[in-house]
Amino acid sequence: MSTPTILREGTILPEGQVVRYTFEERACHWVNGVTYLFCMLTGLAFYSPYLYWMSYVGGSPATARTLHPWVGVFFFVAMLWMHTLWKVQMASIPEDQQWKDNMKYYIENRDELLPPAGRFNAGQKLFYWVMYYAAIILLLTGVVMWFPELMPRNLHWLLTIIIPIHAAAALVTIGAFIIHIYMGILMVPGGLKGIAYGRVSEEWAAHHHRLWYEKIKKDSR
Amino acid sequence: MPNEAMQVKAISAHPGPVPGGNVSRDYDVCKLIDTTTCIGCKACEVACLEWNGYEFRETTFDNTYQTMPDTAWNYWNLIRFNEVESEEHGLQWLMRKDQCMHCAEPGCLEACPADGAIVQYKNGIVDFNQENCIGCQYCVTGCPFNIPKFNPETKKVFKCTLCSDRVGAGLEPACIKACPTGCLHFGSKEDMKDLAERRVAQLHKETSYNKAGVYDPEGVGGTHVIYVLHDAENPEKYGGLPKNPRIPLMVSFWKHPLKWLGNVGLVFGIAGVLLHYVRFGPKVIDKKEEKKP
Repeated sequence: MSTPTILREGTILPEGQVVRYTFEERACHWVNGVTYLFCMLTGLAFYSPYLYWMSYVGGSPATARTLHPWVGVFFFVAMLWMHTLWKVQMASIPEDQQWKDNMKYYIENRDELLPPAGRFNAGQKLFYWVMYYAAIILLLTGVVMWFPELMPRNLHWLLTIIIPIHAAAALVTIGAFIIHIYMGILMVPGGLKGIAYGRVSEEWAAHHHRLWYEKIKKDSR
Repeated sequence: MPNEAMQVKAISAHPGPVPGGNVSRDYDVCKLIDTTTCIGCKACEVACLEWNGYEFRETTFDNTYQTMPDTAWNYWNLIRFNEVESEEHGLQWLMRKDQCMHCAEPGCLEACPADGAIVQYKNGIVDFNQENCIGCQYCVTGCPFNIPKFNPETKKVFKCTLCSDRVGAGLEPACIKACPTGCLHFGSKEDMKDLAERRVAQLHKETSYNKAGVYDPEGVGGTHVIYVLHDAENPEKYGGLPKNPRIPLMVSFWKHPLKWLGNVGLVFGIAGVLLHYVRFGPKVIDKKEEKKP
């Protein structure tokens, strides 16, 4: 049996697998990831002298300075793309509050005590909205920092406020990013495969996103 | 400038210890600008361009004798011209040579994120190293005197070097060399302060400028360019010389507390997830339990 090249989200495959993310969702995620990573590394280079070596991912510190804002704009566009895909599914549902109240069980891996989650659990939604709003702040402050020479002289003091805001917003995303990477690679086995080629096992779907799994199971009948 | 190489080691036919042995003069250099004897001739502007190899540029006429509104990336030295009227002194033409002040605590250096782009020498000169400059212009944000200027073509920032190349070779800066009235002086900071104080005492004694004083602002740790002003209480009238210049508060906040908070956050974040892995490990799914909803 030949599989179609583009699979819909929620399709249950004969091998006991479920399509968790469509090709577009995965592509969008990785464009976001790569552009974010570049901006994070070059940004950290300008943030701390001990991390200045990271600017060489841009070729040289000066080219990193030139590329950082351009890649940042790409990241923002990718974020908007993601927003069109996920903004509805990232909206809070009543079950999220129960999940949040019991989040300590999630952290302690006592998942059996956790209320069931939808396609995205409340933690994933929180990560999404942190990145989304931070991206807006980073874009707005970043554009000003891109061309300080165009800033009227008497408004230049604004930069002394805008730069720390940019740094603070970036630090918040980095904190979230550390957790995101840890969970995707180490804490939740199968998660990385899901976002890499879109498939997770039915057990995985049932365990981590029971409401979603129940829904697609019902729809497939 | 005298340095250790020119310390006295031995002198001929002298009984007892060598006078002045192992003593050297201060390293720090200083430019003294006496605004009370500046005639606004702009010889310093020309000398600066000549020595640093920049073309003279078209002047802009704004009803004063000022060459152009502001210093530029290739015009580091500008005589600021101000017409001031007061009851005490009538109409005054205040002329101030504006250039980098070479702060002892430079805001540009504090704000700069590029390794080796700004250097402060022991003699007090603050110099930009364009090959390491990344063109972010954070230095512009850090400077309370509005000195660093960006060249949009090369994406590098430039400013007065206090002729570090000349000073390193034992010469005085080009502007000093060109000054015809002797309003510019160059020497050790101690000597220049002394000279400035004596000039101020003279102004107090022999003229009606009883508010005359030395401009060597403490907010930036003192500067290696100091002024004698007729009216030291109102430096703003000399083309916006700040009365109490400081590194902008937010620059210090961002470079110290915020930076440390961020660093601690990053370390704790990474340590936290690793600790979580060691304590709780990955989420294991019991295959038999799941599957059927």
